[in-house]
Formats: sequence, structure tokens, C-alpha cells
Amino acid sequence: MTSDNDRRRGLLARLRERPAARSRGRRRLGAAVRLIAALMLAGGAYTVFAPGAQAQDNPQLTGAAAEGKALFDVSCVTCHGRNAQGVEGRGPSLIGVGAASVEFQVSSGRMPLARQEAQAHRKPPVFTDEQTRQLAQYIQELGGGPVVPGGDDLHEDGNVAAGGELFRINCSQCHAFGGGGGALSSGKFAPSLHPATDRQIYAAMLSGPQNMPVFGDNQLRPEQKADIIAYIQETLKHNQDQGGFNLGRYGPSTEGLAIFLIGIVALVFASLWIAGKS
Amino acid sequence: MKRRKFDLAATPGKAAVGVDDRFQVATPLRKLLNKVFPDHWSFLLGEIALFSFVVLLLTGVFLTLFYEPAMTEVVYDGSYAPLQGTPMSAAYASSLDLSFDVRGGLVMRQMHHWAALLFMAAIVVHMLRVFFTGAFRKPRETNWIIGSLLFWVGFLAGFTGYGLPDDGLSGTGLRIASAIMLSIPVIGSWVTSSIFGGEFPGVMIISRMFIAHVLLIPGLLVALISVHLGLVFKQKHTQWPGPGRTNGNVVGERMFPRYALKQGGFFMVVFGVIALMGGLFQINPIWLFGPYEAWVVSAASQPDWYVMFLDGSTRLMPAWEINIPLGDGYVIPPLFWPTVVLPGILVGLSTMYPFLEARHLKDRKSHNLLQRPRDVPARTAVGAMAVAFYLVLTLSGANDVIADKFQISLNAMTWAGRIGLLLVPPIAYYVTYRLCLGLQQHDREVLAHGVETGIIRRLPDGRFVEVHQPLSASNGHADGHGELEYVGWVVPKKMNRLGALGPAIRGFFYPIEKPVEAPVSPGHPPVEARPEREEIGSGESRR
Repeated sequence: MTSDNDRRRGLLARLRERPAARSRGRRRLGAAVRLIAALMLAGGAYTVFAPGAQAQDNPQLTGAAAEGKALFDVSCVTCHGRNAQGVEGRGPSLIGVGAASVEFQVSSGRMPLARQEAQAHRKPPVFTDEQTRQLAQYIQELGGGPVVPGGDDLHEDGNVAAGGELFRINCSQCHAFGGGGGALSSGKFAPSLHPATDRQIYAAMLSGPQNMPVFGDNQLRPEQKADIIAYIQETLKHNQDQGGFNLGRYGPSTEGLAIFLIGIVALVFASLWIAGKS
Repeated sequence: MKRRKFDLAATPGKAAVGVDDRFQVATPLRKLLNKVFPDHWSFLLGEIALFSFVVLLLTGVFLTLFYEPAMTEVVYDGSYAPLQGTPMSAAYASSLDLSFDVRGGLVMRQMHHWAALLFMAAIVVHMLRVFFTGAFRKPRETNWIIGSLLFWVGFLAGFTGYGLPDDGLSGTGLRIASAIMLSIPVIGSWVTSSIFGGEFPGVMIISRMFIAHVLLIPGLLVALISVHLGLVFKQKHTQWPGPGRTNGNVVGERMFPRYALKQGGFFMVVFGVIALMGGLFQINPIWLFGPYEAWVVSAASQPDWYVMFLDGSTRLMPAWEINIPLGDGYVIPPLFWPTVVLPGILVGLSTMYPFLEARHLKDRKSHNLLQRPRDVPARTAVGAMAVAFYLVLTLSGANDVIADKFQISLNAMTWAGRIGLLLVPPIAYYVTYRLCLGLQQHDREVLAHGVETGIIRRLPDGRFVEVHQPLSASNGHADGHGELEYVGWVVPKKMNRLGALGPAIRGFFYPIEKPVEAPVSPGHPPVEARPEREEIGSGESRR
């Protein structure tokens, strides 16, 4: 410590002493030379360490991802920003959301978004399956993230009974006992599961779109996910409703409506008819 | 040996004589069979409740043959594949067996549930009829109170039945019921632990609810219904006013044969409607809700419609928690107000209404004639207010389903319910009051000026006027006819009601009574001989 301080004091003293000994012209020349040297050093260091302009624009993309980027730059860039970094107040960054998220949002038609509102609605998809894969590949290569396993039938090994139990514990709070969906706060909602494909359900569990929590492979193992998908696809969707028309599976509220609209109305007409027969 | 002749035709008479010799029933039975009931379609609404109760008893007995009221854990191995191997209570397993493995079990279960909903719905509709026509007035206040109690006992019956299958929905309902009991200050925790036998859910609640549902509550219902009907017999049924009908008589049909036959037929219709609904519409798919587990609560878990108003009041109630700094601190949770205090007030108000109204109107007389809703605007408006209040609460009870299916924000639904609960009833009061006055006014106008004929006459000075058919003969009044007194009964408003355009009496909605032979039923004016009328012409020829 002390030796450093001594040396610094010595250097300062030398600097203070020297200029007086030199002429004004030499001082100016020396200053110019030092300035140029410093600038060259800084510039050289920058050129060495900074990434080149070419590298910044073209990360190493595969063919499909490059196609995806082209689509992205036309359809998604408005809200998700250049390089999917997100735009404040418009759309989130997509770095790290993974192909699963893209597949869910784009294949169910939720993206591109029709308008900014509480939650995106399912609508006919804008992109073909091929284009969706390209977009997903692009986002995947940008930042990684969860990926849906291959194949269209993800529930062939699923156990319906086990899936039912998991569904009731994990899903029915929002999607309701019949998978018809339910309300969340402030205009948000859990959508109906009836139009969803195996891959979309799997992707939703992996990526947790919108208000849905993420069910990563630590929370629900891949075989448990297959069980849940099996329950949704084979029991909730392909179930012939035992006991007649299911009244939309909205629980007791439509049953109450039915007893008045059908039961009471029919019987009031019957009583009018009977009282009329005198 | 001569063979004895057997006269088949005389057998019933002989048997009847034999019975009467032994029991002396002819006189009371004759009185009973000759009892007269007034006839009007609105008097049949209570019967819907009565008949659906009979269906409830019949189907309920069938269900008890297969239902096992126990919470012992079993592993399901019945024929519903998606639940095979799932651990569940014996109660839920037997409910599933009832639905899938017992022949006819599912339709019986569904009929039982639909009949329960219909029972409560018919009670409410019947109650509205009694309220809006003033049938609850002296001397029938007791029957009004019994009727109100029937609603609340039916409410309990429905709730205990809802809890029996032990599926996800019934367990959730039971959990809410235990929370409601816990919210009662001071006694709440004792009430809950004595009913559940300890902490929720315990091991005995299903068997306790079972005995309440199949013995205690039906027993109480049967007792109340018997007294209710007995009082109708004793106090006689009310009737609409009309020619020949006074406060001191009953005009109608004898109990036997026609009234009894019609009632028998109506029972079959009610049974048929319930059976159709039980066969065509799925109700409470318990297999989708799964066995009750404390951590499983499905979205759209609602109570049956008659309990939904309490669910609604709970959803609308702001989270006002009252902390009382006594001892270790005491909390009255916000749940207490909408689920204990509110129904308490409703029970009190509804049962005491006849006395409140009589006191307000200083009315001490007995009334056997009904009133038209429009003739008592204040009561009708109060009734409309009550209906509006109940409706807002019931809709709020399903506000998550409404929010989801109609794409409205759930928060907006909650606030609409809160504001609506305060604003809609007074608006309903005002609008109903004005409607009643308007309807009365129109009746008075017809009495004063006659029925619109639809004939437009052009006067010499070019004006157009509609020709009115006066209802009374001329008495030197300025208009050329007399003014009729307003008596609070149906006024003819179309020419064919006056017999001007042929018979108007036949029809689906009205009795086909012949006016001269039988007293007129409501909806019908007394049809007299066609009054002398001036000829209706163009107006030109006579001038």
C-alpha cells in the first residue's frame, strides 16, 4: 500500500516538473501523438473484441429456421420485435419459450393475435403445419426451450383411469370436469379442450400458455402427460353420454334452466289443457 | 241341488254394503266424494309438487335398494373403465354401480334428481301463484307458513341428497356447508364437529346424511304435506271471483268422479314428463366428477338451482371480516352474512308476510275470493321485487358459467351482481306497480266507454273516430250509456267476447264451460243475451 502511494506521488511530481522544461511546440506534438496512439489502441481493441456486423444479423440458422425467420419477420415482428426480443407493452420476448409454445399458439390459431385483449382466442390457424414447424424451429434455435415429442398420437400408451385422476387433480379446477372450460378473473378463461389435438395439449402442458401454469416434466412425467391426454381424448371427447343429452356439461346451472324451460313449461301447458277439459 | 246364481253386476254394490256394514264409512265418504273444488289451471301448480314428491318416493325407494351409505374405502372394479382401479368410498362406488351396472338404475337416478328439481320448482311456482293472488290471507296464513317451511325442508332434502353420491361435486358442496356452519359465531365449531363427528369430512357424514335423507326429512315432508292438504280440505280452496261466486261458497266440480279422474290423469302427465327428462337429459354425471378428494374442485361446481341463490350471495359479498378483540381475538367471517343471516331473514320475511300485510292494511276479515295481481299493485310489486332479488342472486350463483360462455369478464359479472342486487328490485317494484295501474286503467276505460270495435267512422267534419261498443244499456248518460262499476274482475276487451262474432269460448287455454249451465271460469266474462245495440253503419245513411 504505502509503496504504491509513494510511487504515485513520485509520478505526479515528475509530471508536474517536466512540462516546464519543454518548448510549447514539442508539448503540442507529443500530445497529438499520444492522442492518436490512444485512439488507435481503443479502436483496435474494439475491432478485435466486438462481434462483426455480419455475425449479428445472421446467426447460424438451419434451413427450416431461416424459413421461419422469414415468416416471423413478416407476421410476428410487429409485436414480438426484431429477433423475437419482445416489444414493451405489445408482445413478450420469445427467447427461451421453445418450439412447444410456438406450436401451441400458432397451430391453434391463437397467434397471430387478432387484437390485444385479456386472452387470445382459438381460431382457424393462419399458418400451415409446415410453416408452424419452421416458426417453431426458428424460435427454438434463438433461445432453446421445451419441445413436444414427435408424432401425432401422443396418448397411445396412456392409461385412461390414471389420466382421469390426474386430470381431476390438475386440470378440472379451470377446464371443468367435462373439459368444457371455465372462467378466470378479468375476462381471462380456461378454454374448452374439445378442439385440442394431442400435440396441442402436450405443448400447453409444457409451455403453460397465457394463464395456464407450466406442467414441466418434473411436475408431470411424460407418461403422466400421455395418461391425461388419453383421458381427455378417449373419455371426455369420445364418450357417448350415458343418460342422454348432456346439457353442455355446464354443471347444475343448465340443469336448473332445463327444469324450468322444459319441465315447468310442459307441465303448465298440461295444467292449462287439463283445466280446459271440463 | 240348485246352483246358486252369481250376479256379477251386483258384486261391487254388495261388497260396498258389506264394507259399510262393518265400518260405517258411507256418510263421511259421500261427503268427501262430493266435495267441490274450483277449477282453474293455476290451482294445479301445487299438484305438480305433490305428484313429483310421489315420484321422488317411488324412485328413492328403488335407489336405496342399491345404494350403500358408507365411507369405507374400496377400489372400483365396475364396468365404467375410466375409473377402474381408482380408490373411492363405498358410497361413490355403489352410486356408480347404480348408474352402470344396475338395470334401469341410471334412469331411476336421473328421474329422482329431475323430480327433485321439479319438486322445488313447482313449490316456488305454486308459492308465486298463492302470493300474487292473495290466497295466503286470513284464514289461510297457517297453510302459507307450512308451504314456506316445505320449501326449506325440501331445500334440506335436496342438499342431503346432493351429498350422498360422494362424488367430487357433492363433496365440494359438503365442504361449503361445513364452512357455513363454521362461520356461525360462538356455536359454529361445535355444530360442525357434532354433525361431522369431528373434523371435516370424518367417516360418518354420509351415513348420517343418508338417514336424514331417507327417513327424517321425508317423514317431515310427508307430515307437512298431509297437514297442508288437510287444511285445504278443511278451509276449502279459494276461488276466483265471478258470477255466482261469493266469499261464502265454492263453485266447481265434485271430487268424484271428474276432479279425481283429472287429477289422476295429471299425475300420469307429471310422471311422464319426469320419466322423459330422466331418459333424455343427463343430470349430474357423477362419473365425470370422480370420487371426492379434498384437493379436487372442478370449475362450474354449483349447487342445484334452489341453493344457487346462496352461492350467488356468497360470491357477491365483499370480504368484510369483523375482528372482535376479545380474549385471543374473535373473527366473524364474511361468509356468515350471505349464508346464515340472509336465509334467516328470508325465512322470517316469507313466513310472516301474511301477518305483515294484514297489519299494514288493518285487514281482519276472512277472504275466500282471490284477487287479480293488478288489483293489488303494492303486493304485486313487492312480489316482483322479491323475484328480482332472488333472480339476481341465482344468476350470480352461476356467474362463472355465464362469464365463460358469454365471454364477459367474471369481475364485471360480480360487480353487475352487486349493483344489480341493489338496483334491480326497486326498478322491478316501480315498473310492476305502474304496469298494474295501467292494466287497471284500461279495464276502467273499457267499463266506461265500451269495447273497441275496430270500426272507424268518419264524421261530417272530416274527423275519424272509432266506434265503441258500450257494455251497459243506456241510462241517459251523456255518452248514451251507463258507467259500470269496477269490481276487480275480467273485463271483455274484444267483440267476440261479447258474443258478437260467434262463440269465443272454446279453446286450449280456457275451460270449455258453457256459460249458461256452469258458472263462468276466470278468463270469461259472463255472457248474457246480446244487448240491444244501435246498428253500426257508415254514419252517412242516417244523417
